[in-house]
Amino acid sequence: MTFVRAALATAGVLLATGFVRSPAPLPAQEAPAGKATYDRWCAGCHGADGAGGGPGAGTMLPRPRDFTTGRYQIRSTPSGALPTDADILAVILDGMPGTAMPGWRDRFSDGELRDLVAYLKTFSPFFESQPAPETLPIASAPSASEEALGEGRDFYEKIECNKCHGPTGRGNGPSAPTLEDDDDLPVRAADLTENWLFNGGGSVEEIHERLVTGLNGTPMPSFHDLIASEFMTEDQLWNVAHYVRSLAPEEPPRVSEVVRGARVEGELPASVDDEAWEVAERFYVPLVGQVVVEPRWFTPSVDGVWIQALHNGREVALRIVWHDPSRSPDPEWEEWRAKVVAIAEAGGETSDPAAAVSDTSGAAPDTTAPAAVTVAAHPPDALVVQFPRTIPDGMERPFFLMGDDREPVYLWRWENGRDGVEELLARGLARYEPLPGAEAGAVAAEVAYDDGEWRLMLRRPLDAGGVEGRLSFEAGRAIPFAVFAWDGSNGETDTRGSIGSWYFLYLDQPTASTVYVAPILATLLTAALGVVVVVRAQRRARNGAGR
Amino acid sequence: MKRSLEAMTMAVLFAALTACGGGGEEADTGGEVATDEEVGPAVSPDSAATVTGVVNFTGAAPAGEPIDMSEEPTCAEKHAEGPTRQTVVTGDGTLANVFVYVKDGLGSRTFPTSSEPVEIDQDGCEYHPRVLAIQANQPLVIKNSDGILHNINTQPTVNQGFNVSQPVSMETTKSFTSPEVMIPVKCDVHGWMEAFIGVQSHPYMAVTATDGSFRLENLPPGTYTIEAWHERYGTQTQTVTVGPQESGEVTFEYSADMAGRPVPMAEPIDLHDHGSEQPVAHAGR
Ligand code: HEC
Ligand code: HEC
Repeated sequence: MTFVRAALATAGVLLATGFVRSPAPLPAQEAPAGKATYDRWCAGCHGADGAGGGPGAGTMLPRPRDFTTGRYQIRSTPSGALPTDADILAVILDGMPGTAMPGWRDRFSDGELRDLVAYLKTFSPFFESQPAPETLPIASAPSASEEALGEGRDFYEKIECNKCHGPTGRGNGPSAPTLEDDDDLPVRAADLTENWLFNGGGSVEEIHERLVTGLNGTPMPSFHDLIASEFMTEDQLWNVAHYVRSLAPEEPPRVSEVVRGARVEGELPASVDDEAWEVAERFYVPLVGQVVVEPRWFTPSVDGVWIQALHNGREVALRIVWHDPSRSPDPEWEEWRAKVVAIAEAGGETSDPAAAVSDTSGAAPDTTAPAAVTVAAHPPDALVVQFPRTIPDGMERPFFLMGDDREPVYLWRWENGRDGVEELLARGLARYEPLPGAEAGAVAAEVAYDDGEWRLMLRRPLDAGGVEGRLSFEAGRAIPFAVFAWDGSNGETDTRGSIGSWYFLYLDQPTASTVYVAPILATLLTAALGVVVVVRAQRRARNGAGR
Repeated sequence: MKRSLEAMTMAVLFAALTACGGGGEEADTGGEVATDEEVGPAVSPDSAATVTGVVNFTGAAPAGEPIDMSEEPTCAEKHAEGPTRQTVVTGDGTLANVFVYVKDGLGSRTFPTSSEPVEIDQDGCEYHPRVLAIQANQPLVIKNSDGILHNINTQPTVNQGFNVSQPVSMETTKSFTSPEVMIPVKCDVHGWMEAFIGVQSHPYMAVTATDGSFRLENLPPGTYTIEAWHERYGTQTQTVTVGPQESGEVTFEYSADMAGRPVPMAEPIDLHDHGSEQPVAHAGR
């Protein structure tokens, strides 16, 4: 019996039993268990028909899963196979980090979860027509010795993970700009140094399972056949997983609202890769897509920056490091940029972003058809550090999205390809004006890019030098700052980019540490509130309530 | 279950027909000719018919678009004249890489599955062949003659796809379970690589060579809808009737100005679904 017949039969059964939505409302007792829960919590993104085009889906990338295809990424089953019930359940509970798919642990009862899984399966005829999927047997993990990691690294190159993920896993391999999922939408090769954003979890066991099973519907293939064909052993594939795990930090970065700048005697580091930076403490500042004001941006490239700060009583230096697979403007990424921009600009007009990038009317895939491009040029990468114009005494700070007319903010803006850093005032997102009276070069900048990583050093005298609107840095005070980043090859410019909320820079005083504890504690609360604002705004926008 | 039901219906029909001693017209509607050959080699040598034909092409074939393979010297070296994307391969007024198959007319017959493997090779960062025909459940041997990383990402709608990696010269054997015209194949490492696999439950299919010719042998006598599928110029159908040991001829005419017509992809063709002219509802989009 063929799938088709089974599909038809299934459809028939579904129709007969009312599983498929009929125009007339069904009597409550006939609706399948799970439907009510699904319609309430999931349909907003995944669509009432399960096809992934819910009202909140907007221009989300990756798209909410289309359950009618039966293609699931996070599985314990062979490449191309359906997931087990346990696989689906695990994704519902844990969500898919790094995507819009939230986790739902503690939200539903066991019974509701079971019904939800069963209901998701009714969207695809494959669950009826296919034999029950079987979990691939997996041998237990060998220990992650130095030797094992070395072998893992060798195999990482031998089996050419680097083609997509790049030599050190930053998602910048030569094939990365061209990757598309099964719906012809651009998809990023995961940045393997950020395991806390892996869709299926960041533990070595989870990574290994992804290598064995692949991620259906994406370019990420299964490597299981390499064992069967005796090209490598089970242990060797485990060692690749160990190696990948070792590319990310032991623990996901803790977000601390306060970035401490230690005081050094003598000169500040002379360059962005100066040894002095190696000992300076690093702080992680997460960034999210700008979804607060129109046009919103759901597919940011930069999801966080690492910041270090030092000062010597005369000058302050910041070192900001972030991953970006493209050094924009980067011609290799032009096609990618065009696709992402086309999707963004299709905006609410189509619930099917694929329609924006390709003519999927059934024509043979024509990879050369240029997408409609409306952004004139391929913008450069850029980064902004935002401060208030003066250190606030209380908890009042300017609006975190680059201030407003009442309370402008003071910015350092760096742009790839332009010398130095501009000092600006802003009265709203991307509403820049030059800082009056600022002499060029007052903020020294040095930048390096290699292997998918930007490193930017910014340095300025603590004192404002009498220029109105330019922040004077003071040791021993909580100085609000925020970071914004743009990846030009992702079509990011102006309001489309990554934003962060207010954090605090605290420059150490030469005195004992007790001095700064109190203000920091006081400011922690407001900083946390700032994060909440961003997160809430984002969630609201995603759910479509903000439209 | 369903199948034996069908067999019974057929048997009853047949009995009724022979009892009336007529039914010539019904026989023409295709499929009812042989009844006692539900399983097994369906066609006896003394009745086997043949359909041959040619796919003609008029107009200028578009030049292949150049492919930048500089990132992959192993492959670039294999293309002395510079690699190009060849969506249209023509001979002398003929069209190659056309998948030709019996779309309708075989009724409810089933046919043994060939155990002879069909091979697809990755050589010079191209698939060879670019278009291939395979029976459901017939082994598909995927070779990697390049010895560099390819991933074989099949994107069917009716079948379950797979996406497996081949980082070295090696062979992987896979198969498909259901008829589907066509299954796109891609390599995500080399975005330009593309192939199309046509799957049928019966063996009556072919892919044209540069001379445009095809030959479907060993057919039971009957009336058949033959479809031709080309990745750029779409599909065409012809009907042909062949009696025992007869040979029928079919000609398809393609031309350069047909470009841009819709090309059906990943559509299930099920011989057993009588009466449904439409591509049958399939999973997905
Ligand atoms: C805010 C939008 C959103 C909501 C609400 C949402 N999802 Fe998702 N979901 C997504 C996105 C986006 C993906 C795809 C992520 C990807 O492809 O990496 C996804 C993927 C999935 C997957 C696929 C997992 C896999 O292995 O491929 C399942 C299952 C799923 N969601 C179930 C649910 C259920 C059940 C609910 C309701 C309880 C729900 N989702 C609510 C956005 C959402
Ligand atoms: C053909 C390109 C390609 C190759 C080769 C490839 N990957 Fe991936 N990989 C991807 C893509 C694309 C994703 C992101 C999929 C998504 O998020 O939907 C990914 C995701 C991942 C993830 C994250 C999984 C998760 O849970 O989100 C890991 C870990 C990974 N790859 C490791 C590897 C390793 C190790 C290798 C080599 C053995 C490898 N990949 C080879 C394209 C590739």
